[in-house]
Amino acid sequence: MKLLVVNIDKCTGCRACEYACSFVHTGMFNPLDSSIKVSEFLDDFVFVPSVCTQCEEAYCVSVCPTHALTKNTQTGVVEFDSSKCIGCKQCVIACPWGSIKLNHTGKEIIKCDLCGGEPECVKVCHAKALEFVDAEDMVLDKKHRNAVKYKQLIVEQQGVG
Amino acid sequence: MLKGGYAGKILRVNLTTGSINIEDVREDWAENFIGGRGYGTRIMMEEVDPKVDPLSEENKIVIATGPLVSTYAPSSGRVMVITKGALNGAIACSNSGGHFGPELKRAGFDFVIIEGKAQSPVYLWINKGSVEIRDASKLWGKNVKDADKIMKKFTHTEAGTLEIGPAAEKLSLISNVTFDGHRAAGRTGVGAVLASKNLKGIAARGSMGIGVYDNEAFAKAVYNARDILSKDAFSGKGGAKLGTPMLVNIINAVGGLPTNNAHDGYFQTADKISGEELAKNNLIRNEGCDSCPIACGRVTEIRKGKYKGSHGVGPEYEPVWALGVACGVDDLDNVVMASYLCDEYGLDSISAGATIACAMDLYEAGFIPKEDVPFELRFGDSDALVKAVRLMGEQESEFGKLLAQGSYRLAEHYGYPEFSMSVKKQEFPAYDPRAIKGIGLEYATSNRGACHVRGYTIGAEVFDKNVDRLTYEGKAGLTKIFQDLTAALDSTGICLFTTFGLKAKELAELFETATGIKCDKKEFIKKGERIWNMERLFNIKAGFTKEDDKLPERLANEPIKSGASKGEVADLNKMLPEYYELRGWDKDGIPKKEKLIELGIEDLA
Repeated sequence: MKLLVVNIDKCTGCRACEYACSFVHTGMFNPLDSSIKVSEFLDDFVFVPSVCTQCEEAYCVSVCPTHALTKNTQTGVVEFDSSKCIGCKQCVIACPWGSIKLNHTGKEIIKCDLCGGEPECVKVCHAKALEFVDAEDMVLDKKHRNAVKYKQLIVEQQGVG
Repeated sequence: MLKGGYAGKILRVNLTTGSINIEDVREDWAENFIGGRGYGTRIMMEEVDPKVDPLSEENKIVIATGPLVSTYAPSSGRVMVITKGALNGAIACSNSGGHFGPELKRAGFDFVIIEGKAQSPVYLWINKGSVEIRDASKLWGKNVKDADKIMKKFTHTEAGTLEIGPAAEKLSLISNVTFDGHRAAGRTGVGAVLASKNLKGIAARGSMGIGVYDNEAFAKAVYNARDILSKDAFSGKGGAKLGTPMLVNIINAVGGLPTNNAHDGYFQTADKISGEELAKNNLIRNEGCDSCPIACGRVTEIRKGKYKGSHGVGPEYEPVWALGVACGVDDLDNVVMASYLCDEYGLDSISAGATIACAMDLYEAGFIPKEDVPFELRFGDSDALVKAVRLMGEQESEFGKLLAQGSYRLAEHYGYPEFSMSVKKQEFPAYDPRAIKGIGLEYATSNRGACHVRGYTIGAEVFDKNVDRLTYEGKAGLTKIFQDLTAALDSTGICLFTTFGLKAKELAELFETATGIKCDKKEFIKKGERIWNMERLFNIKAGFTKEDDKLPERLANEPIKSGASKGEVADLNKMLPEYYELRGWDKDGIPKKEKLIELGIEDLA
């Protein structure tokens, strides 16, 4: 299973991801219509992108009265079928992270679909703050990076080989 | 009809009457002058007498975006401030990155025209197409960081802001316009023009999407451009890692860093204030402007000494030079602190540093009486540097007020205007025309006074092995092509730094696919030439003549003393006549009628 991973320390706050997302989904450049959102903290110049993580037990799916939102167990994506949506906005209220949202008109739902497996936000991110990677590999990579520190300690104490 | 790339509307605000009007963007002007700098100057040509006092009610300000702003074209978030500049009365266009421009455009406006003068300090709140003129009494007197914060608090946390600082409020002629509290349209004293209208700032918040003409072709052009940039040494990796200060060591190595108010062209200890040292000692991380893959912005802090704990952005290459090299100062933390202070006061750090360098020079020569300055003001004194910036920013003392008017007025006041390293009263930046000949021609002919970013010949003269920086030959043509390309580029809203990788072909593709206005590389440069000539016409009407196209005498009379360009001087006369001829101008530098007809702007003469 692949995950849309955010490397916060690499984000430069350029927001090209927001443009890419709205353009590929709506044909217009409008950050308000983008699923991904970069929060900007100008006091410290820290930039934090937030994305939909496609919950296994998604609140948005649970509260949707018309099954416009469904979890695709094959791809892992929480899919949205606009033809079934009645605009009740329960999903927007239910999502704890603001990952499902209303578009700039305040009437339509914006839901990340991972661009069918090739997320445009990842493609446009030069800083590699966004990556679409295998979840198992990502976790292994983290474990490995941590293990390197211990390895170094052993080498320092006991020498090589 | 406009087919893409533009919001389509112009906001006109008259601060005297309080009237607010919305007008359409003109299709013919969009085609001929693109947007940004070009379209903004066209508005100035139409509506403002070039002879007006820049700080009078009759002057206007155009805040301009371009057709590529608020798209994912690389580095496409530039916003421009076009007006008759306070520093010298020439046509001014200063631009900045950040996110204000895109926000303004999505609020519905490609351009904002500011007219008249408010009775008391105000700011504008442009919220999704609706506009309010609001009282700014709680903002007046605040530095730019605080003004940004307060405006966001009063309007919307996600609003983009534009603001002036205390330096501009006191009508410093080298004051800038800052965006989101930390990025600046630095040069030509545009901040003072806002202040003269009692306009402290603008907050904008948009909800409108921007569309382009051909989605598929535009996406292709964008990813092609991004791909090219990712492979270039600066725009791919160097910009993020070292930022523009990476140039300190490179330019010093060719003996092209004007040192101690241009008494030399080589700074012995430049490596102590280089991009590499900044990255090691002060850099926290890098920041990118809107949609920018280069992300050259420096987020920095001071970790030791008496300014420990201060933090901010920058300095860029230019302030490192101006506040460091030009003043003979090689203490990095003090240079960083001086740069932070310039930013907070809202001072153009190039002019600020070069003015202090001029003051040090005058002081050491004995031309500034000791009693005028409350401390010793000598080259290399890093504490004096910081103190001088404070004097300049506060403008409480007579000497501080003088400093805030820039080096030309300062040197003139003491009777030695030749000590000002300026062209058209604007201080020249961080490249020595004695060591890099073409940039001297660029300084002399730049329409806003000495400037490196109207025609960055450095890209060829230093970075292209096939171009000899020390020859005068071919520099007229080189300068012209860089100037024309940049005039067009500035008008689209794309950052100059993309030109390390992108050429006219790629830029024309982005413009054409976004707007549906037919344009190849030749036509793109032609548009730039049209804009350049229009700016020249504004200046001629304002009273500028060929006598103003000159370099400080020192560059011709005082050879560089050390380094790789030892012995070199700058002889403008070896380039200027050829430049006029190539431009289709007469020997007095006035565009000939046939050139203006060719460009379709004969009606503007």
